[in-house]
Amino acid sequence: MSNEARNVYLGVDVGSVSTNFILLDPHEKEDNKIVWKQYLRTQGAPLNTLQRGLKLMNESGVWNIMGVGTTGSGRSLAGAVLGADVVKNEITAHAIAALHENQQVQTIIEIGGQDSKLIVLRDGVVVDFSMNTVCAAGTGSFLDQQASRLELPLGEFGNLALKSINPVRIAGRCTVFAESDMIHKQQLGHGIEDILAGLCGAMVRNYLGNVARGKKLEPVIFFQGGVAANKAMQRFFREELNQEIYVPINYDVMGAIGAAWLAKEKLEREESTTEFLGMRLLDSTFTNKSYECTNCPNNCEIVELWCDGKFVARWGARCGSSS
Amino acid sequence: MKITFPHLGNSYIAIETLLRTLGHEPITPPLGTRKTLELGSKISPEHTCLPFKIILGNMLEGISQGADTVMMIGGWGPCRLGYYGEIQRILLEESGNDIEFITLEVPRKDYNKAWSTMRKVFSCKNLGAIYKGCQLTKAKMDVLERLENLSLYCRPREKIPGAISSFLDKKLQELRQVSSIKDCYLIYENSEKELEDLINPNNKRRVPRVGFLGEIYTVVEPFANLNIETRLGHLGVEVVRTISLWEWLQDHIFKKIMGKSHIEPLAKSADGYLRGFIGGHGLESVAHSVELAKSNLDGIIHILPLSCNPEIIAQGILPKISSDYEVPIMSLVIDEHAGETGFQTRLEAFVDLMERRLYARV
Repeated sequence: MSNEARNVYLGVDVGSVSTNFILLDPHEKEDNKIVWKQYLRTQGAPLNTLQRGLKLMNESGVWNIMGVGTTGSGRSLAGAVLGADVVKNEITAHAIAALHENQQVQTIIEIGGQDSKLIVLRDGVVVDFSMNTVCAAGTGSFLDQQASRLELPLGEFGNLALKSINPVRIAGRCTVFAESDMIHKQQLGHGIEDILAGLCGAMVRNYLGNVARGKKLEPVIFFQGGVAANKAMQRFFREELNQEIYVPINYDVMGAIGAAWLAKEKLEREESTTEFLGMRLLDSTFTNKSYECTNCPNNCEIVELWCDGKFVARWGARCGSSS
Repeated sequence: MKITFPHLGNSYIAIETLLRTLGHEPITPPLGTRKTLELGSKISPEHTCLPFKIILGNMLEGISQGADTVMMIGGWGPCRLGYYGEIQRILLEESGNDIEFITLEVPRKDYNKAWSTMRKVFSCKNLGAIYKGCQLTKAKMDVLERLENLSLYCRPREKIPGAISSFLDKKLQELRQVSSIKDCYLIYENSEKELEDLINPNNKRRVPRVGFLGEIYTVVEPFANLNIETRLGHLGVEVVRTISLWEWLQDHIFKKIMGKSHIEPLAKSADGYLRGFIGGHGLESVAHSVELAKSNLDGIIHILPLSCNPEIIAQGILPKISSDYEVPIMSLVIDEHAGETGFQTRLEAFVDLMERRLYARV
């Protein structure tokens, strides 16, 4: 790699389970314009994880950051820490990333750590979407939990399930019941492949019944998010929908990619330069404070972010005021 | 009597006036907070809906502020809410609160009971004063809803973030203090003028407009709907209401007493989707969705508390309306355990969706 700094856009997706970083080089000739990607476990410490990610990025090459976009449930925090140009919700970010891969995409199935989404597009515009409601049944965390209960590496899960010849039927509506149903089937003596395959099938049915709920899933169909790695899930979606399911190469960091594209779009539209705070973030100490605001009867829970003793940002106020 | 009552949006401003008119001392509980919900949930059945728990929390906070009487609406027709008062009375008594509980309802059979309730409520016997007080109550109700509607228009166009919300709070407190109808309307007229300075005159951006409907309590009570109207305003969207608390009271109390039905015109609007009354606000949600879908709106947001049966029926019908009229409709389910992050994400994504459609069309 040459020593000349490469012009790239940084995309960060701070999710419940993982924090993903990507660097996007729009001038890269290859189809895959992602020049670096990093997947880290958030481990409940997003600030720490952000700093770790930046450090790894810095070590991986010489970069000139042209713009920064953040997404995911920790997007506001990440946005404030990094000085992001765009702070965007996951649904828009995922849709933009998929559209950059294929403009014909009409359906995006996204299953992440704690939520699953369906995004419906027509003519390159999001026209409808839905997310899992009150329950997290059928999301990545559950697969994760079951894999560790069975002492299987999560990566093996799908491959093992694919070997199944007679998948058992698992009750997939609720994770607690699914787990007891799985244990019950194990005690009866069913093979582990059949049980895993049954579980994947239940998750697909659960998704189609709860998240997709009667919406029309037209091709081209994308399947992205961490769970898309699971080959058995891919197969069950293909069978249930009777359609080709396309898993993009960077299926696990699509949110981050979308955020980077959005940052690029915005900066070019506004002809401005990035707000990115730079590598000095690595040496800074971040602290957060939370308190209850007593300015009005709403008593909002306010979170404040401080960097090296200096105030950075504050959020949580329902009135929208930042003071 | 020292009477406390549950919150429903800003209606407390009018209710205080009404109670004073009738010769009572109103004990207005603090606006809903997480503490309210915690208090209410503690003595509520786990599977009951969110409004039940918040309402009960309001009552408990009112009692701890010295109220000796709790006033609640009830009756037949609206939904389970009709018998919530009775259950809440029992729950309050069981948890050791020695209070009088008055349920205001349109009587069906038991006219004697209704009469004794009325005698308790009307402690002031001066009919002229009562008439005047009721007119003032009506004026306050009217002005407060007009002020709210003004703020819905202005918030996406405000110069300084948060300015409209604090302006509205200030004006509502003024309205709370005044004691003549003329002053009520003066507040409104002044607000119209003062708001001109708070909104951005150069903003040529077309502001997306979203219709807002659903189960009435979650629509009207900001604590229950996580301040959805303010959130949308700050995301740059104008919220168009379909429910007026004042109209709702007229429909459910006065028209019922007069034996008139508010159902027919609704059923006409909902024709082809839903034939008649299904309890609660289900028919309204369907009928208003059709009406809004026909008007030039950019989207519709439908809100309901988890386990609300009439709205679940409506929720099942709305996707059909959405595809027939090509208008995006999003249903949001609200529950004690639902997270704010997911809620905000859905709102932001819906606003993006509306904006991108809007620009694609222009």
